[in-house]
Amino acid sequence: MTRKQRRLTMIGGSLAVLAVAAGLVLNAMRDSIVFFSTPTMAAEKQIPTGKRFRLGGLVQPGSLVKGDNLAVNFSIADGSAALPVAYKGILPDLFREGQGVIAEGALDASGVFKADTVLAKHDETYMPKDVADALKKQGHWKDDYAKQGTTAAQAQGTIQGTTK
Amino acid sequence: MIAEAGHYALVLALALALIQSTVPIAGARWGDHALMNVARSTALAQLLFVGASFTALTMLHVVSDFSVVNVFENSHSAKPLLYKITGVWGNHEGSMLLWVLILALFGGLVAAFGNNLPLSLRAHVLAVQGWIAGAFYLFILVTSNPFQRIASPPIEGRDLNPVLQDIGLAVHPPMLYLGYVGFSISFSFAVAALIEGRIDAAWARWVRPWTLMAWIFLTLGIAMGSYWAYYELGWGGWWFWDPVENASLMPWLAGTALLHSAVVMEKRNALKVWTILLSILTFSLSLLGTFLVRSGVLTSVHAFATDPARGVFILLILCLFIGGSLSLYAWRASTLKQGGLFAPISREGALVLNNLFLTSACATVFIGTLYPLALEVLTGDKISVGAPFFNLTFGPLFVPLLLAVPFGPLLAWKRGDLFGAAQRLTAAGVVGLVAIAVLFAWTHGGATLAPLAIGLAVFVIAGAITDLAERIGLFRVPFTSAIARARGLPRATWGTVFAHAGMGVALIGIVCETTWNSEYIGTMKPNDVATVAGYQLKLDEITQRQGPNFREMIAQFTVRDGETLQVMTPSKRNFTTRGSSTTEAALLTRGASQLYISLGDTNADGAIAVRIYHKPLVLLIWWGPVLMAFGGLLSLSDRRLRVGAPKPAKAARALQPAE
Repeated sequence: MTRKQRRLTMIGGSLAVLAVAAGLVLNAMRDSIVFFSTPTMAAEKQIPTGKRFRLGGLVQPGSLVKGDNLAVNFSIADGSAALPVAYKGILPDLFREGQGVIAEGALDASGVFKADTVLAKHDETYMPKDVADALKKQGHWKDDYAKQGTTAAQAQGTIQGTTK
Repeated sequence: MIAEAGHYALVLALALALIQSTVPIAGARWGDHALMNVARSTALAQLLFVGASFTALTMLHVVSDFSVVNVFENSHSAKPLLYKITGVWGNHEGSMLLWVLILALFGGLVAAFGNNLPLSLRAHVLAVQGWIAGAFYLFILVTSNPFQRIASPPIEGRDLNPVLQDIGLAVHPPMLYLGYVGFSISFSFAVAALIEGRIDAAWARWVRPWTLMAWIFLTLGIAMGSYWAYYELGWGGWWFWDPVENASLMPWLAGTALLHSAVVMEKRNALKVWTILLSILTFSLSLLGTFLVRSGVLTSVHAFATDPARGVFILLILCLFIGGSLSLYAWRASTLKQGGLFAPISREGALVLNNLFLTSACATVFIGTLYPLALEVLTGDKISVGAPFFNLTFGPLFVPLLLAVPFGPLLAWKRGDLFGAAQRLTAAGVVGLVAIAVLFAWTHGGATLAPLAIGLAVFVIAGAITDLAERIGLFRVPFTSAIARARGLPRATWGTVFAHAGMGVALIGIVCETTWNSEYIGTMKPNDVATVAGYQLKLDEITQRQGPNFREMIAQFTVRDGETLQVMTPSKRNFTTRGSSTTEAALLTRGASQLYISLGDTNADGAIAVRIYHKPLVLLIWWGPVLMAFGGLLSLSDRRLRVGAPKPAKAARALQPAE
């Protein structure tokens, strides 16, 4: 093989691998990306049944109902709208009413959000970033959240609860 | 006083870094040996002062001096001594101080043991180290001073986040930083080579041990972090494709590619320009990782900081170093002469293929990690890219890479014989196929992919053993002389065998854990029995206990498998100071498999939510990386690479000091 042919083989091989990688990325982008939404946004956008997304907001006080065999029902609210959530499994350590959470799952036919993952931050003063931003945008942001946010500026760990 | 002394030492270290980053370069330009030697003394003095500064912060934490903000926010007088010490780097300021300490440590090592380096190369390398160190000292002093005092000192501290009060934290960050920051050495060597406009095989020989060392620490650090997440976060996951984990995986992938391309450069004097680029990219990815973790752009398991001023500062450092080094590369790379021709089917070709797949895999992780951030900045849409994305992109790229792994070491340099290599791998291939067939028969058409993946892993392990057997002539020569040959093999060859086999071992663990994991999630009352994977777990009792800075609820389980095996005691700890709790999982190891229990909430009627997993061969996930790191260690101890080992005169002639 001449030097030129060798070089062409190398470049051709590299391009082939890169093309495969790009194809894989684009394919995965189409199928496996999950959007974030608050209850208000979810109501506006009319998210179709069965489409996976992440729902963020505060756990509405008084909405938490524990059923048999680890079934849990609660509502996620953002001040102007609320969405009922059903989850089966163990909740994260510091999940409680009035605290910011993110749930991942999809809406079912009756409009209940079936979550298979619930995330809460491992700090009582913490609020998930997405939730805080969304609340700020809607004007429900209270200054004491921000103050707590900065004093809790370090060392927060996510605890996840999930069922497969 | 201690705080002020520590602060002052840090300022002095900055001053030394500034001298180190300018004077030696001027010396190299003018050919002044005295000025070039300044690099050595400043690097050592810098290490001394950062060391003093770090010691000061550690002392403040140990004596619980709450007049210092950092100690007040992250410590508590009742915290055990071990966690008082590890708490030093369990927060933003302290961990940055550890970062620069390790950077200075590596600079000091080059200064102390780099006597065989040409003087001007050493001067340039240390000067580049000085630039990096200077930038990060400024960052610490301007935006995150760990020695800040409080006007009216409180009596008690806020305590460290309970999740971080664990032995895993003692080991994981320093390991990871040794890896991250260790790549700064190959970066400095690359930039120095570009400045000097000269590079050859001897350069690769100097760079390789440093890269290897960084790679070993990074491998162990990532494995440690994964095991820590597995037992501390309480839901049995060991890899979450969390941006922070990706931030450490990217330099690892690029660093692995760098290790392999440096081999080509050392042995065959080829791929020079590519190796330089990889050195720059690897450390750039380490810097990117530091940015992602330290700036608070992500809020995830490890994100400690949420201060935008810091983010902007690190972003500036990032742009300066990555942009600067890549511009220098674009400007000077053409002056580096190419050498060493080779056919596509050859050892070099195989290593190029390895590089190609590793960097492509790294690129997909990069896109998956940064695309959500970019999209949020550009359109405001918030998305999350999770495990499905990475499984669909990263997985398919690793399959051809692993298939090719056994072929590489069997091909000759320059021009290889693919057919011959395939012939010698027949046995390994057969072993892999048998493994697939046996698993299919055993699982009765359960998961299809799992037996195939395990077959691939077996092929990789058998391929590594084939390589070894071929080299020592096992079965071809008498057994005793085969043993003698095995003793005579270079340790680097043994290193390759262990590292490649480690990859296969880890893959087996990953596949078994994800496919045949069985779990029980439910509520249990005392004397209830749960059955998981043939084990009977009886909840005996639930007790309360007072720890040093927490209250603990302990559940006691008796595990039976026919006869009584053992008692497992998972618990839930409630830390009063922060009002938060952690789940302490209980693990029972049987061979390489584990039983895993973690607790949830207690119900009003006294029942407790319980999660029980049986994870078959889960430990292989971490034994694999340990094997890989061991292989790296063997290779590092190879006589050829040992720092200070006598080198052929040729190398010395090839790279004379610039006069």
